[in-house]
Amino acid sequence: MSATEHILIVVGVLFVLLNIAAGLIWVERRLLALWQDRLGPNRAGPLGVLIVLADTLKLFFKEDWIPPFADKWVFILAPAIVVGSVLLSFVVIPFAPGIVVADLNIGILFFLAMSSLGVYSIVLGGWASNNKYALLGALRGASQMIAYEVFMGLSLMGVVMLSGSFNLGDIVAAQQNLWFVVTQPVGFVIFFIAGIAETHRLPFDIPEAESELIAGYHAEYSGMKFGMFFIGEYLGITLISAMIVTLFFGGWLGPAFLPPLAWFVIKLFFFIGLFILLRASLPRPRYDQLISYGWKIILAIVLANLLITGAIALWLRG
Amino acid sequence: MQALTSRAKPVDRKPMTFLEKLYVWSIFKGMMITLRHLFKKKATISYPEEKRPFSPVFRGLHILNRDEEGRERCTACGLCALACPAEAITMEAAERLPGEENLYREEKYAAKYEINMLRCIFCGLCEEACPKDAVYLSETFAPSNYQRKGFIYGKQDLLIPNPKDNPGEYWKAVGNRKANKEQSN
Repeated sequence: MSATEHILIVVGVLFVLLNIAAGLIWVERRLLALWQDRLGPNRAGPLGVLIVLADTLKLFFKEDWIPPFADKWVFILAPAIVVGSVLLSFVVIPFAPGIVVADLNIGILFFLAMSSLGVYSIVLGGWASNNKYALLGALRGASQMIAYEVFMGLSLMGVVMLSGSFNLGDIVAAQQNLWFVVTQPVGFVIFFIAGIAETHRLPFDIPEAESELIAGYHAEYSGMKFGMFFIGEYLGITLISAMIVTLFFGGWLGPAFLPPLAWFVIKLFFFIGLFILLRASLPRPRYDQLISYGWKIILAIVLANLLITGAIALWLRG
Repeated sequence: MQALTSRAKPVDRKPMTFLEKLYVWSIFKGMMITLRHLFKKKATISYPEEKRPFSPVFRGLHILNRDEEGRERCTACGLCALACPAEAITMEAAERLPGEENLYREEKYAAKYEINMLRCIFCGLCEEACPKDAVYLSETFAPSNYQRKGFIYGKQDLLIPNPKDNPGEYWKAVGNRKANKEQSN
């Protein structure tokens, strides 16, 4: 691959991702509305898509306020971390054959490392805000991350065992005949659950919990700094959906009448829709219920899944 | 123990099994219910294009009526202002001059007639008090305004179009409410 091609891919991926993340504002609001028997934003532009522009402009015009009691530099740093770490995770995702920013042979590990970095933005943001609600949100975010990070990694190990590689391109290629969702259904469900926890979406949004913590770790944020948390969340949804597609649903693979990239995008948006559907359906569980669900139930299942997968993989190899 | 009502239902309080504690199946069922709402009829009324249907007795903004020849019916007697519990109506009377018989029905008319729509409670007592059939509450409801003084409606806002020059607009301004009322009388 030449240098120009590489730069084109990097710029293209960044451009498309940021636009998808912004566009999800509209997608989510319209879908949520339709599922709640409303119409949602439908005035600005065709079908209301310009609500994205209106929302962004609104955020830019708001006062970018740093509270005098806050730790200024950490306060500024925190929203940058969330977007930065999620964007870094996208580096390893193969969107189509040849369209990948960095074809790392430890792709999954890189993804896990980068997506875990996201918790720093919550902890630092909550800490720097110097606000008790923000701090509580940050504490919850940290403990939730520890609980769900464990089996996020473990749920992927089944896929790694079956494909014999950490490289995401190889994992997609290994699903040529059979998607891993068929052989690893438990792994898929658990990765999905952990992914929701990772992106702090409902029903796992206890770090922000509007009703108890008045928005939690980003309670003190305003203007585009809040916008960064917002975009970071949507980028996170896109990232987890892209990982699910890559690891369990055959990535770009699909019947030949559509190009590989189109298959990837179709599957991606299906899972993004699923994220929004979950948000529209579920209430927020209590904090202790969530943690005990993670440690007592999911961890047991994921370990059993790992054991069985390992045993079968060994047995198949003779 | 005897149930208090016939609608009482026994609640299943068995401890949840391990599969139930996973919640995955129940969450899936819940998501399907949410998904089904995509095809349900939406509750939204897209306001400026679509209007909520009102009951035939809905009381909205006032109109000052004219007679069949287009003359103002109001004689500035002040009974509406007297009846008004919110004290929203003020008026000034004037004498009809010779040559104005085609403008005003009787010898006296309202030179100024103002209703403060912020004070008005739309009770309709003015309409009931009026002996000359001059003031009516129509179906249009109060529009928005940027200033308080914009809500003080003068004669130019209240008076309806002339039925002789512009019968279509006249009947539109009279609206269904008056027509319904006349039918029931």
